[in-house]
Amino acid sequence: MNDLPVLSVLIAIPLLGAIVTPFLPAATARLAGLGFAGLALAWIAVGALSSYDVDGGMQLSETHAWIEALGVHYALGVDGLGLLMVLLTAVLVPIVLLASWHEPDDEGNSGSRTFVAWVLALEAMSLAVFTATDVFLFYVVFEATLIPAYFLIGGFGRSGRGRAATKFLIYQLAGGLIMLGSVIGLYVVSANTGKPSFLLSDLAALDIDPITQRWLFIGFFVAFAIKAPMFPVHTWLADTTEKATTGTSVLLVCVLDKIGTFGMLRFCLGLLPDASQWATPVVVVLALISIVYGALVAIGQDDLLRLIGLTSLSHFGFIVLGIFVFSSQGIAGSTLYMVNHGIGTAALFLVAGYLVRRRGTASIRAMSGGAEKVAPVLAGTLLIAGLAACGLPGLSPFVSEMLVLIAAFNHAWWAGAIAVTAIVLAAVYVLWLYQRTMTGPGSVVAGVDVMRDLDAREVGTLAPLLLALVLFGFFPMPLLDVINPFVTDTMSNVGVTDDPPTLTGSVSSQGGQP
Amino acid sequence: MTLDVILLASSEAAADIPVVHPTAADGVFSWLWLIIALPLAGAVVLLVGGAVARGSLKSKMDTGGHWIGAASAVGSFVLSLILFLSLLGRGEEERQIGQHLFTWFEVGGLNVGMDLLYDPLSALFLLLITGVGSLIHVYSIGYMEHDERRRRFFGYLNLFVAAMLVLVLGANYLVVFLGWEGVGLASYLLIGFWQHKHSAAAAAKKAFVINRVGDIGLSLAIALMFTTFGTTDFAAISEQAAGASQVTLNALGLLLLLGACGKSAQFPLQAWLLDAMEGPTPVSALIHAATMVTAGVYLVVRSNFIYELTPVAQTVVVIIATITLLWGAILGCAKDDIKKALAGSTMSQIGYMMLAAGLGVAGYPFAIFHLLTHGFFKANMFLGAGSVMHGMNDDVDMRHYGNLRGYMPVTFLTFAMGYLAIIGFPGFSGFWSKDKIIETALADNWIVGLCALAGAGITGFYMTRLMLMTFFGDDSRWEPGVHPHESPRMMTVPLIVLAALSVLGGVLLLGDFVVDFLAPVTGVAPAHEPPLPAIVVTLLAVAVVAVGVAAAWLLVGKREIPREAPTDVSFATRAARADLYGDAINEGLVVTPGRSLTAGLTSFDRFGVDGVIEGGSAGVGAVSGLLRRVQNGFVRSYALSLLGGALLVVLALLAVNLS
Repeated sequence: MNDLPVLSVLIAIPLLGAIVTPFLPAATARLAGLGFAGLALAWIAVGALSSYDVDGGMQLSETHAWIEALGVHYALGVDGLGLLMVLLTAVLVPIVLLASWHEPDDEGNSGSRTFVAWVLALEAMSLAVFTATDVFLFYVVFEATLIPAYFLIGGFGRSGRGRAATKFLIYQLAGGLIMLGSVIGLYVVSANTGKPSFLLSDLAALDIDPITQRWLFIGFFVAFAIKAPMFPVHTWLADTTEKATTGTSVLLVCVLDKIGTFGMLRFCLGLLPDASQWATPVVVVLALISIVYGALVAIGQDDLLRLIGLTSLSHFGFIVLGIFVFSSQGIAGSTLYMVNHGIGTAALFLVAGYLVRRRGTASIRAMSGGAEKVAPVLAGTLLIAGLAACGLPGLSPFVSEMLVLIAAFNHAWWAGAIAVTAIVLAAVYVLWLYQRTMTGPGSVVAGVDVMRDLDAREVGTLAPLLLALVLFGFFPMPLLDVINPFVTDTMSNVGVTDDPPTLTGSVSSQGGQP
Repeated sequence: MTLDVILLASSEAAADIPVVHPTAADGVFSWLWLIIALPLAGAVVLLVGGAVARGSLKSKMDTGGHWIGAASAVGSFVLSLILFLSLLGRGEEERQIGQHLFTWFEVGGLNVGMDLLYDPLSALFLLLITGVGSLIHVYSIGYMEHDERRRRFFGYLNLFVAAMLVLVLGANYLVVFLGWEGVGLASYLLIGFWQHKHSAAAAAKKAFVINRVGDIGLSLAIALMFTTFGTTDFAAISEQAAGASQVTLNALGLLLLLGACGKSAQFPLQAWLLDAMEGPTPVSALIHAATMVTAGVYLVVRSNFIYELTPVAQTVVVIIATITLLWGAILGCAKDDIKKALAGSTMSQIGYMMLAAGLGVAGYPFAIFHLLTHGFFKANMFLGAGSVMHGMNDDVDMRHYGNLRGYMPVTFLTFAMGYLAIIGFPGFSGFWSKDKIIETALADNWIVGLCALAGAGITGFYMTRLMLMTFFGDDSRWEPGVHPHESPRMMTVPLIVLAALSVLGGVLLLGDFVVDFLAPVTGVAPAHEPPLPAIVVTLLAVAVVAVGVAAAWLLVGKREIPREAPTDVSFATRAARADLYGDAINEGLVVTPGRSLTAGLTSFDRFGVDGVIEGGSAGVGAVSGLLRRVQNGFVRSYALSLLGGALLVVLALLAVNLS
């Protein structure tokens, strides 16, 4: 497989699917879509197992000149970070397709094939984003993700989605526009050396003067902060998750939003390390606000899907916090967090979607509880996914959250002390949500007694996610083995080392200090 | 008083603090992991297997699954016993055994192993958890016989036992934390087991959230340990702790105490324990009396290598414990709900344990000793209370009881053993363990000692009140239609065993066994000349308890007990009935402001933050107007605009390039 363009083929599979499925009958389109998504997953799984070397840095690389005058390349490659994001995307898309099996039919206009096509298009573009190693290519596919995302939000879901889609698009375009400034700026710096190039490897070798670095940093960071999202540019998030189908929300929050934090690691830390450190105080404060504010606002929501959307504001706060405290534990914790958040929040959105579908409303107050008695499996999965969101040890998000907390505390004790309050707030929003939707006497609530429990298809979409939550909760090492080399590279690229423990000469402290 | 304690504690700090230095598990000890794996497997089979199973297998699991649950607990107990006996066969120097299962996570300099530590301290806990746990599993077979979700109940119980074993076997603070949160989860699931009741669901959530407040302390302690020592292993920290700065040590001690307060319902995080009585009674016995709530005491004793170096934190432990032991005892006096009266008592008794743990080397073994005897007699009494409820149609109001001794002779006699043990009747287990704590407290600080003594008197009062209201008097207060009857053998046999342990638990002190056995963990206290001879303290304690018992006899036993709680009562009674306003304080200080804050922020988010952003975007009205049209439009128009954008980029770049 070594000679095959693994990543190009990977992107081509869902892209082909997106082109083919609109021309198929609806029922076939769904199956075909699942087939393409499954094939992509199988392809990258085999490709990674056979060709990926965890200590090999950027690999599976392909580089072809694209616009030579500008130094633009069609260049792909993955390192630990990229590989995990690619795998996360490839795993979630088939699950989303399966979970949305009946969703688009509400439109009554054979919506499913367009839905499937857009989902596959989004997958292809996201995979391209996570594998692009040329900044220009990254920018193009970064913007291109918006097309399928826009149509998925605007075309499928609850009423009012058109407005939500517009809001989403304005935010993202604004971010993209600001980033465009920095992309051009990078090019200018590169062109001044006489040999313009957009390749990440070339750009990383540039010696950019501090002031320019800061301007470029701001451009990238704002775009990624909108994408992630962070306070105060988060308000598109709740509107979008409220109106879109939960399948779309999974793709947006669990995959697309990761582009924000992925970009911070790849571009801010990778290309502009000095400016990243310069910005740390502000970013850390914004991250802390996102953590606490997101959790508090989530507690106050009545709409189940808005609530889950806002929990992600808090979680992305953790991810950004970990990235910008510049330590092995922080960066590894954040990268792991991106994976775990993808798994856990996907499960939470999907099970919430199943519940909303059954109850005919997303209003927690209107649901008025009682569902556990008639739908124990649904209740159980909601609880497990919720407990994952509040960082219960034994489920995978705990490990990443703890790593980020440790790193934040090590950076500044107050940062750790503020961030840690989220473990209480998260328990409040998760358990209060569970209490109000699931517990209580079911018989007094109209419609609850006839509610069905999850069927086999629905269980099939949740089971792999819940299994992963437990498995990586106890055995996160396979993921960390992929992440740690990336962390070492990033640390040495930024030029920072871990603070040794206050008491040096510690006996049991071992492992690879970068 | 503070100064007094500090001076004393710092003089004790000079004593040798044992270093955790385990040897690798071999022989029979290599089965250590199995003690956890058995109940864990039971939980997985019952919960996951039971949910997946279909047809006859499912009905078999629903009707007989509890045997799997009970068998796994008993199996774990047998293994614990074998390991304990093997440990006794080893020399004192070789009684710390470590087992590395696998690397949990490793990043940079942080290496967290799934490591277990089996030493005298965890050995005693293992026996308590699996022993009392097994008895309660057996009892539950009878108690939950008519519950349609009995399989799930046993699954949760097994999950609890597994998590509790992880808690006491963890060799670093992160593994302890895993168990710590695991028992919190099991407690949540079991308090809310009858979650169709709003009160049960609310109580479960309250318990978990208040515990999470405590977890802030434990989480930050873990972070601080990493920053200071680069590890959270007991072994490395016990070795290096002496080199840490005093500020760090104080902070560690106080943060760990915060965690302990949450789990052990110590002031000011005590408010969840009485509500937790919403859970089925076996749960109250196992989790909220014998084992989980004592985890805070375990944490303090286990962290002796930190506390011995921070007199400040030790002083705070002592103060918190003294407040709680009186607080819980006062609540116990005012409650008419038999389980809540016992829960107040639990809070108070854990206060005693915590007090002993705060007293340092001299106190640690007695904290654990009282923890064990309390585990016996309180589990005994909770299960007895369950038996009473079983016979009284699940009524918990003691004002509706009376004269049950003749109708439930086994329950009565076993309960009486627990009663005599808790009040400290000479010879019974609680007598030995509480007496030692009072003695040590008096030797340390006379105010704290007198508080502990007073607590013993109050204990005598409320327990006698409970006994009189339940088992004595006449049947005039019964609800119409109740027919009290003795519980089935499945429930009374565990009661008899626990009663025997309540009576005989004091043997652990024979020849100072428990003190010497724990010495490799807790260290050896330097001999102090006690200010009062031990026999004087003992006589004092017995006299104070007698006063409490007599007061109860005069105030409760000699009077007519009204069926309804009288309302024209003193302020003190009203306050005690209202849990000394613990809930009201939480409500006023946290819940109400919190609710306003989230409501305010929610509107702020919608109209403030979003308003500014949307206002800004309206400023770019042209763009958004254009986009609104696009929204109803076609793919091609958007694609076209994207193409336009890309073209713009290329042009811009070319312009830069050419310039």
